Amino acid sequence: MDFQPGTCPMTVQQLMDEYFIENRAKLLDIAAFLDRLDRGMNQSSSGDFRLKAFREALQVLCSKKPGRVKQIQMVFSDPTEEPLEKLDQKSACGAYDRWKLEEQ
Amino acid sequence: MEYIEMHTHMVSRTTDDYYQMALTGCVAITEPAFWAGFDRTSADGFDTYFQQLTEYEPKRAAKYGIQYYTWLCLNPKEGEDRNLAQEVLWRIPKYLDHPTVLGIGEIGLNRVTRNELKTFEEHVALAIQHNQLILIHTPHLEDKYKGTAIIVDTLLSDARIDPQRVLIDHAEEHTIGMNLEKGFWTGITLYPQTKASPQRAADMIEMYGPERICVNSASDWGPSTPVAIPQFVMEMRRRGHSDDLIRKIVYENPIEFLSQSPKFQLPRRIR
Ligand SMILES: [Zn+2]
Repeated sequence: MDFQPGTCPMTVQQLMDEYFIENRAKLLDIAAFLDRLDRGMNQSSSGDFRLKAFREALQVLCSKKPGRVKQIQMVFSDPTEEPLEKLDQKSACGAYDRWKLEEQ
Repeated sequence: MEYIEMHTHMVSRTTDDYYQMALTGCVAITEPAFWAGFDRTSADGFDTYFQQLTEYEPKRAAKYGIQYYTWLCLNPKEGEDRNLAQEVLWRIPKYLDHPTVLGIGEIGLNRVTRNELKTFEEHVALAIQHNQLILIHTPHLEDKYKGTAIIVDTLLSDARIDPQRVLIDHAEEHTIGMNLEKGFWTGITLYPQTKASPQRAADMIEMYGPERICVNSASDWGPSTPVAIPQFVMEMRRRGHSDDLIRKIVYENPIEFLSQSPKFQLPRRIR
């Protein structure tokens, strides 16, 4: 993956002018989601592995190193290499429960 | 701009969607066989589905001047049931000579189980035996990285596979590199929430270049849009990319890949 300046044809100033508002809105949506979780009923499920992965992904967002999307993709990904012996559930849920392995 | 939609499930879409696609420049569609959103109860159900794909949908598309092609298989979401898979697999060859069938797809993995992998390998063997192009579905979300790696390894371990005749679809930032490095074609799917946005697709093309990459909507029965490719075109123009580059991604690249099947023809009016 080539993160070199110049792979996007717009200048940084043009990118800011064009994309700032829409990405500011996305950031506020994430903040509102986290606040909503704090306001939710029955706080006992606040240890949900998806939320743990989500908080790890937020750390990556604050990094100054390029390649943040790929890193966040890997935070959510199943790190194992062997196929499952049999189907456990029909659909993926968006994050892999790595903490389950640590508990075992 | 004229474009070719390489991955859409029109059996789940309305006639108005064909109209919107035609209005926005779609000249050809290829529709892979996939999951209906629920499991089919018998292999006979697949026969009916294959007839719909080969006989009925081409006529619906033709009313809007869109050339229609299809890919056949038992999809990865139902690949766990080995008995069903085998019953469906022996029914596929009788459709392969049909003038609108381009190959085997979309095959691949769902939750990455041993049974799914066996079903995938049997479809690959069928494609090789009948000299068919292959369209690959990679798993969703947390399963994508692992599933794509296993699919790539499985394909490369078979010396009869020519990566140029295989398109690995639904690539994202963490899998596009492995698909392209090994010589495969790759697809970026513009699908809200679970795949890529037009913005991220444009980013990947800026970082990896335009060779062997196509974009598609995979529009189906879920939240999705049949005009995702025109949205991608707009995003590329917004950034100042040339129409030559955009046309390569949405029109010329699909022609280059699909023309490896002698059956693939564009509507006469644009040749
Ligand atoms: Zn699909």
